[in-house]
Amino acid sequence: MNIERLVTMANDIATYFTVEPDHAVAVEGVRDHLTKFWDPVMRRQLKAYLEQGGEGLVPLAREGVEKLILPPIAGN
Amino acid sequence: MLSIVEIDYGTPKATSKTTVELQVDGKTVRVPQGTSVMRAAAQAGINIPRLCASEMLDAFGSCRLCLVEIEGRKGYPASCTTPVSEGMTVSTQTPRLADLRRGVMELYISDHPLDCLTCPANGHCELQDMAGVVGLREVRYGYEGANHVYAKTPAGEANPRFVAKDESNPYFTFDPSKCIACSRCVRACDEVQGTFALTIQGRGFDSKVAASQDNRFLDSECVSCGACVQACPTATLSEKSLIDKGQAEHSVVTTCAYCGVGCSFRAEMKGEDIVRMVPNKDGQANHGHSCVKGRFAIGYASHPERITTPMIRAKISDPWKVVGWDEAFAHVASEFKRLQAAYGRQAVGGITSSRCTNEETYLVQKLVRAGFGNNNVDTCARVCHSPTGYGLKSTLGESAGTQDFDSIEQTDVVLVIGANPTDAHPVFGSQMKQRLRAGARLIVIDPRRIDLVRSPHIQADYHLKLKPGTNVAVLDALAHVIVTEGLVDEAFVSARCEPEAFAKWRAFVAQDKYSPEAMEAETGVPADLVRGAARLYATGGNAAIYYGLGVTEHAQGSTAVMGIANLAMATGNIGREGVGVNPMRGQNNVQGSCDMGSFPHEFPGYRHVSDVATRALFEKAWGVPLLGEPGLRIPNMFEAALDGSFRGLYIEGEDIAQSDPDTQHVTAALSAMECIVVQDLFLNETAKYAHVFLPGSSFLEKDGTFTNAERRVSRVRKVMAPKAGYADWEITQKLAQAMGYPMHYSDASEILDEIARLTPTFHGMSFDKIDQLGSVQWPCNEEHPNGTPVMHVDEFVRGKGRFMLTEYVPTSEKVNAEHPLILTTGRILSQYNVGAQTRRTANVMWHDEDRLEIHPHDAEERGINENDWVGIRSRSGDTVLRAMISERMQPGVVYTTFHFPGSGANVITTENSDWATNCPEYKVTAVQVTRVNQPSDWQKRFHAFSDQQQDLLEQAQSADTLGPA
Repeated sequence: MNIERLVTMANDIATYFTVEPDHAVAVEGVRDHLTKFWDPVMRRQLKAYLEQGGEGLVPLAREGVEKLILPPIAGN
Repeated sequence: MLSIVEIDYGTPKATSKTTVELQVDGKTVRVPQGTSVMRAAAQAGINIPRLCASEMLDAFGSCRLCLVEIEGRKGYPASCTTPVSEGMTVSTQTPRLADLRRGVMELYISDHPLDCLTCPANGHCELQDMAGVVGLREVRYGYEGANHVYAKTPAGEANPRFVAKDESNPYFTFDPSKCIACSRCVRACDEVQGTFALTIQGRGFDSKVAASQDNRFLDSECVSCGACVQACPTATLSEKSLIDKGQAEHSVVTTCAYCGVGCSFRAEMKGEDIVRMVPNKDGQANHGHSCVKGRFAIGYASHPERITTPMIRAKISDPWKVVGWDEAFAHVASEFKRLQAAYGRQAVGGITSSRCTNEETYLVQKLVRAGFGNNNVDTCARVCHSPTGYGLKSTLGESAGTQDFDSIEQTDVVLVIGANPTDAHPVFGSQMKQRLRAGARLIVIDPRRIDLVRSPHIQADYHLKLKPGTNVAVLDALAHVIVTEGLVDEAFVSARCEPEAFAKWRAFVAQDKYSPEAMEAETGVPADLVRGAARLYATGGNAAIYYGLGVTEHAQGSTAVMGIANLAMATGNIGREGVGVNPMRGQNNVQGSCDMGSFPHEFPGYRHVSDVATRALFEKAWGVPLLGEPGLRIPNMFEAALDGSFRGLYIEGEDIAQSDPDTQHVTAALSAMECIVVQDLFLNETAKYAHVFLPGSSFLEKDGTFTNAERRVSRVRKVMAPKAGYADWEITQKLAQAMGYPMHYSDASEILDEIARLTPTFHGMSFDKIDQLGSVQWPCNEEHPNGTPVMHVDEFVRGKGRFMLTEYVPTSEKVNAEHPLILTTGRILSQYNVGAQTRRTANVMWHDEDRLEIHPHDAEERGINENDWVGIRSRSGDTVLRAMISERMQPGVVYTTFHFPGSGANVITTENSDWATNCPEYKVTAVQVTRVNQPSDWQKRFHAFSDQQQDLLEQAQSADTLGPA
């Protein structure tokens, strides 16, 4: 998928959690939101993008994405 | 004219718990205190003659037919205006009363035409009935004198009192010659609808009903709700359909398929033909009232553009080929299987709609999850109320409104934010206006001066005219005032809410940056108004919040919903009658489509797909393994289509090519897919990009249930056979069978039974239960066998209420030199959403094009005059509409509706979306507006494409008429 779009969406999520005073809670908030609402394909793509540098991701989004646990690729 | 099956008890039901016993014609009756003698008698089965009384209206006492004699009292009091008292002895039939009544009727009939046999009301005329009841045998006054009946005097001159029939309204006629000046129409317009369009003009014998300043109905302030037509005891106000077809012979209760109010209607039928729709007096959402859409705009169901045969084609540039149902199902199944084999199991998905019944939506998501084997299912609530689901679940624990509509009767302060109930939810809008006229205070938070701000006998105490996109800033400023001025309901918060989350929130909103003064520059709302509104909301008694898409369709939609829930919790305005958080759902079954598990991440009843116990439950019931990871949302499907991984889509009842934002992006995605299956009534905008068309059925052609904005589940009942042969749930079932996944429901009730078995909040729900109670508000289960009008009463569904932090983050959609204005969008009373239904009715007489509303200042700066063509350009695209100059707008903000596809409102809207749910930011788009003299390039392409698609459709239809090749 269009990675810029995924980056914007992840940043939007991180922006919401930025206000959370407890940093660990904020990071978990981003991770949990991505896990609950994003299709694994999108999560996998974003994590791969982060691993290649993740340009454009805001710091909290980076931390949340880094902690993503990805499910195995679904069979056909 | 009343419904052919309803009994009118003459005056409204009294609500007192104290009862009074009296004797009526020797019968003992016990009724609540405050009941009229007329109603008490009716309860005892005694019908007192009457003409000006109706239980929908306050007693009026003008017709002098309902006179009675009461032991120990002088004279002949009107039974409608006389309340009962303990031990009263009433006689309704005495020789003296008979004389009086006959005399009254003689006067009425002396000024009324005698064309009963050819009159549309014949068979249900109350005047005719009363003439019969009182035994009127002659009219001694003759018909030659002054009258309103005849166009000419006996001398052949024009009769100055005669007024010709007004046929200007497309749905009903007004024939003043048949009017008896009972005022029922005027009172219905005032008391029930609240428009005050009608009046009795003149005095004495000159009295006559007039619309506005003696205008034609269509030119008056009349909103064509039809309450007057329903109230009229004669044929003075008659539906044109009744005039054409004659009296109905049976009546079926069903539920309106328009907005989220979910009005109950009686479809009054002749065989399979609808004579008229009459709002059901016993309807628990609408109490016998309706709007112009529900009562009148049903002609689309029999519109010649309905497609009634399945069609297929290989490419969208090919003509359609008419095929039989079996061939259509086999084709879809083989295509979807081919796509899954070639591109993976995730390569196909489904979209369901808030227009579908619960049963249909449930089956679509079941087909996707169990039949396609993935979770790529979404619904159009994605683009309207998905933030409500997220925001209310996070704070209160349940993705639904907290109250029933009638709760407003106990409300002291009404706060409306981002909703326009008089246009978008008109019947509840009328109920709200009734409560406001009775003294409730009103706060409106809206960029526009919506009608509610100032309408007859209503004036908002506060109108916070904020800049679009600053809802969260205003909500935080309101919270700041509540917290810093000591207006928190501490007892409620400490008993009912999580203490740590509350402490965090309190510190957060107390920051100076959220004070109304600090926020003023951002929101455009004077700080003193915010302070006043916050104080009124927190201290004015029972306060209830009503909100709509003006809250949800923003980049911070979910944050705003949480901000609303925070306010309600902080002030203790939740968990009892009269208060609460009330999302005004746009379409008829938004609530239901969400409840039924049509979001990619959750099963019916809002249970996440990763929840092992829930998944095991569904796996056992559906007999297949299910995925525990969320699937694609609608905008994700578009992205996946463009990157080639998503190839096939089954769409039931939704028109994404018109309704979703950034149209050119949507149509590019649709064009990239290989098999798009559209199930709908018409060749809608999306169907123009489809490869398979499956003709659906209207709400009149099938059984099922809709769930309205108050969680009320009501029956939809089949009143005629499906025009294309199948109800929509049968189509989904056959498609599942063709795909090799077994479904074998023989009746829609069996689907609801399955939902009830698998969903804790629906355990007690069934067609039988709904038939028995009229309608049922979920949760309906062991603890709440008759449903739940008010939620979160002793504790929140999630246990303790959770305050959420709601930092205001300005949208990235900002005005600049290139795009200096903000465009926001909304609806109008006469049209409904994409307009597929209402555009195919006479409602176009009120609104036949979308216009751009612009403030006079902005218009003048650009040299724009009323009706000029103006180009509207955003960073997504541009379109052209005609201008409407309006002071309802604030400078810097323009507005349009989105009911006509050629308007291209969504060509302009952007891909920005709510951070939590991807609900599009429809309500804020930076634009420039300029005078132009031709349609936009997009519009030219749109019209050329639409014409081509229409040709391809016509080729299919003519081929069909010629028979198989």
